Amino acid sequence: MIREYKTIEEVAGPLMLVRQVDGVKYDELGEIQLPNGDVRRCRVLEVNGRDVLVQLFESSAGLNLAESKVRFTGHGVQLPVSQNMLGRVFSGMGEPIDGGAKIIADKKLDINGTPINPAARIYPSEFIQTGISTIDGLNTLVRGQKLPIFSGSGMPHANLAAQIARQAKVRGTDGKFAVVFAAIGITFEEADFFISDFKKTGAIDRTVLFINLASDPAIERISTPRMALTAAEYLAFECDMHVLVIMTDITNYAEALREVSAARKEVPGRRGYPGYLYTDLATMYERAGRKAGSEGSITMIPILTMPEDDKTHPIPDLTGYITEGQIILSREMYRKGYMPPVDVLPSLSRLKDKGIGEGKTREDHSGTLNQLFSSYARGKEAKELMVVLGEAALSPVDRLYAQFADAFEAEYINQGFYENRTIEETLDLGWKLLSMLPKAEMKRIKPELVEKYWQGK
Amino acid sequence: MENVTGKILKVSGPLVIAEGMREANMFDVVRVGEKKLIGEIIEMHGDRASIQVYEETAGLGRGDIVVSTGAPLSVELGPGLIKNIYDGIQRPLETLCAKFGSNIEKGIDEPALDRDRMWEFEPAKGAGERVVEGEVLGYVQETDVIRHKIMVPPGKSGILVTISSGKFRVTDSIGKIKVDGGDVEPLTLIQKWPVRVSRPYKEKLPPAEPMITGQRSIDALFPIAKGGTACVPGPFGSGKTVVQHQLAKWSDVDLVVYIGCGERGNEMTDVLREFPELTDPRTGKSLMDRTVLIANTSDMPVAAREASIYTGITIAEYYRDMGYSVAVIADSTSRWAEALREMSGRLEEMPGEEGYPAYLTSRLAQFYERAGKVVCLGEDGRIGTLSAIGAVSPQGGDISEPVTQATLRIVKVFWGLDSSLAYRRHFPAINWLNSYSLYRDRLDLWFAENVSSDWMTLTGRSLKILQVENELEEIVKLVGLDALSPEDRLTLEVARSVREDFLQQFAFDDVDGYTPLDKQYELLRLVFVFEDKAKEAIEAGADINDIATLPVRERIGRAKAVPTADYKEEFKKIEAEITQQLDEAVRRANEA
Repeated sequence: MIREYKTIEEVAGPLMLVRQVDGVKYDELGEIQLPNGDVRRCRVLEVNGRDVLVQLFESSAGLNLAESKVRFTGHGVQLPVSQNMLGRVFSGMGEPIDGGAKIIADKKLDINGTPINPAARIYPSEFIQTGISTIDGLNTLVRGQKLPIFSGSGMPHANLAAQIARQAKVRGTDGKFAVVFAAIGITFEEADFFISDFKKTGAIDRTVLFINLASDPAIERISTPRMALTAAEYLAFECDMHVLVIMTDITNYAEALREVSAARKEVPGRRGYPGYLYTDLATMYERAGRKAGSEGSITMIPILTMPEDDKTHPIPDLTGYITEGQIILSREMYRKGYMPPVDVLPSLSRLKDKGIGEGKTREDHSGTLNQLFSSYARGKEAKELMVVLGEAALSPVDRLYAQFADAFEAEYINQGFYENRTIEETLDLGWKLLSMLPKAEMKRIKPELVEKYWQGK
Repeated sequence: MENVTGKILKVSGPLVIAEGMREANMFDVVRVGEKKLIGEIIEMHGDRASIQVYEETAGLGRGDIVVSTGAPLSVELGPGLIKNIYDGIQRPLETLCAKFGSNIEKGIDEPALDRDRMWEFEPAKGAGERVVEGEVLGYVQETDVIRHKIMVPPGKSGILVTISSGKFRVTDSIGKIKVDGGDVEPLTLIQKWPVRVSRPYKEKLPPAEPMITGQRSIDALFPIAKGGTACVPGPFGSGKTVVQHQLAKWSDVDLVVYIGCGERGNEMTDVLREFPELTDPRTGKSLMDRTVLIANTSDMPVAAREASIYTGITIAEYYRDMGYSVAVIADSTSRWAEALREMSGRLEEMPGEEGYPAYLTSRLAQFYERAGKVVCLGEDGRIGTLSAIGAVSPQGGDISEPVTQATLRIVKVFWGLDSSLAYRRHFPAINWLNSYSLYRDRLDLWFAENVSSDWMTLTGRSLKILQVENELEEIVKLVGLDALSPEDRLTLEVARSVREDFLQQFAFDDVDGYTPLDKQYELLRLVFVFEDKAKEAIEAGADINDIATLPVRERIGRAKAVPTADYKEEFKKIEAEITQQLDEAVRRANEA
């Protein structure tokens, strides 16, 4: 039996206290009917005796303590899902906003999902060719991986994400694939950039969009990524599709979470973010992957802007501890005009080792990857020394390393947002650059492979 | 005793407060709500009990029933633990997966040990014999490498009334014991033990033997003893997990308990899929035959994460009690501390530093203090060791944060991982300047007897040269390489060689992933033979630039990749080349 309550006691920020209720469950979805007939939604955050504390998903404007009514629905927040969601646009709360018909639900799923049993996971190992050298060659993406992009304000992370969505493919297969895009508190222009790019490439028909713009209520952002992931899970694990999930911008999400936490007067962790930020982010990120009994996969690319480009800020920091690597963008590369401006050294893909090598990419991939990394690192050190002491202070070998670092940035990193390189092209380019260095320096690569591929003198 | 039943008053995340619980005990396990979710009482106020619930609490509300089980949170100990993967409260994940599907729904439960499996039990004692607590009653061959010793449960001594051999289920009676001053009780293959209480032993001994890991930076520079404690702090991407996996794979212990505490699901899957394929270099059998996995990944309920490290270490203690050497590897204790912080916050406790509860340090100390080398209970005086290695994930890699600092005050070995090394792909990224091992001196004797008398000299020399390199690099940054004397230039070259040719180790390479001690020694010796001979050559007039680019240096660089079977032969050749090429360098210099 569903009862309505007119016992709203308090509204403060995103929180609302309702008294004298019965049978309300933790995490239940509630609907608030305003005097003017509007319906807003909320979720139970705490049950304390006959009082419940709820969190609003929308703004509290127009809410009237005396006249508003609350009804609890008996279930958590749900998303109606069906294959017809492809090509549609939804609000951050999962309502269609493209003027089309309502989704006729195949089923309704709780947006919080349930943890995947680690014993049921399939370890991701299928190489995805993104056509971007710094990713394919150095930080290889595999199907089912969660690989975030750490960016800063004003950097072209959107272009990079769009390039990945445009070019990504698993060679030699033709499974069904889909894109789920969650805009979390980003501007209209940024959202529009993605939508027009999807339209231009025709990908829009295979895309589900969830849009919460900067002007939409901040509190709604807590649900947006979970809506998107629920749709992605349905498409991947029930319709056997390969789903690429792009979520931007996680920083806005974390800020919405902080807002609720602050309103509840919880003991804050670092920088005012709640102590459970790690766990909360993990329950989203960990929904990526592959699992037994399903052909599909969820590959996730969350985007976040690091406040002040600070990698140790709690949001990128905790994200990095959960995700399987990170692509970090560099302002220095961006200023030099090298696109995509990937900061190679601190970027990482943790799952690359099982996705590369003979039969997947090429036998020399693992060795050249390590050699390129360490050579570029040494080249950069040499260049720093050169700035202080001049070129003459370098040993002859270090001088070669410095030249290598420059060429590496100009050719390997800098490829532009519209060049699509095959993995062979990327690997060959790596060898071309490595051939600038003496053969004896190729310590990271097996000698027989050096013999086969090294082209220097 | 009748089970205490109460009703829920408050639900806030994983914390539930129930009333009508006056009769319940602190730390009793309770079943919450219709779905019988598992929880534990952590505080009592009058008749109100605060309960941490190990499963998702969505759907609980006021008035739902809470029933106490009258027993504290315990694990089942007996044959069948090995090769298994459990969650934080010892639910068998593979069984759950087979029965309930690929996601972990609420309210599902299964016994930890398979109730149907039959085990061949072979008694070691006969009827009428007197046995004391911890005494070995008999054996079960649990896996190819572990002979499971069935012991008299702690706290019980008496006369064996009957004992039989044959095939048994874990719950079947294998015999009866007349307990001193008590009744006749049945004996089974299974024991229960509360996870928050450490298992008893006779006596603790100081550790004196190294745990050989095959990882050169660890064994040579910062060794850990069997029965010792170590921590691995590092920012994300510095290779903590790979170090932990390497230790789980190659450590020369009898059994490894690997606890994935609040970490990535795919990492546990990786262990689960990879270990059965790998062979243990010591036994030639599958690595999974000596591994127990505890997985409470970051998306699983946070309260069970808090319990997971206790579940893991209790299982480890049980095998230690059999006289085995056991390693517990926990990844990561920071996530455990965060779980503690979250519960503390919900209990509205006064926070300590960065919101962590004030009892963080004492809880961590309690965990690590359960490690050690002990004389086990029983009459045979068998010795077991339990080594504990915990990863720490300091926020932003800043080790001044509370969890790292609290850990450092307890553990004896510190492997500090460094992101700048990781960026250069120097793995393992153990920073040689700030890491330490307090076991170095104590293990000196063992290394001298078992490897070589100058092991300590050589490894001490590498630590020193790396320190000198650090100072010289400061000078180079100011005045350039040319300002250094040829001797100092040589020092830099050799230090580079120590770093790149010895310390750097590629975990995913078949040969390089594991280096036996004797090969480690010879490899390090090779590096310093070069230094000694090169010094002589410089004194004899050879040019440092010439020495730095001798072809033999690449040979030294590739020496670590020489297969273990024929490295001795190869290293001799390299040593001969060193002498020959340096002699030539002297000749060239004198001719010019």
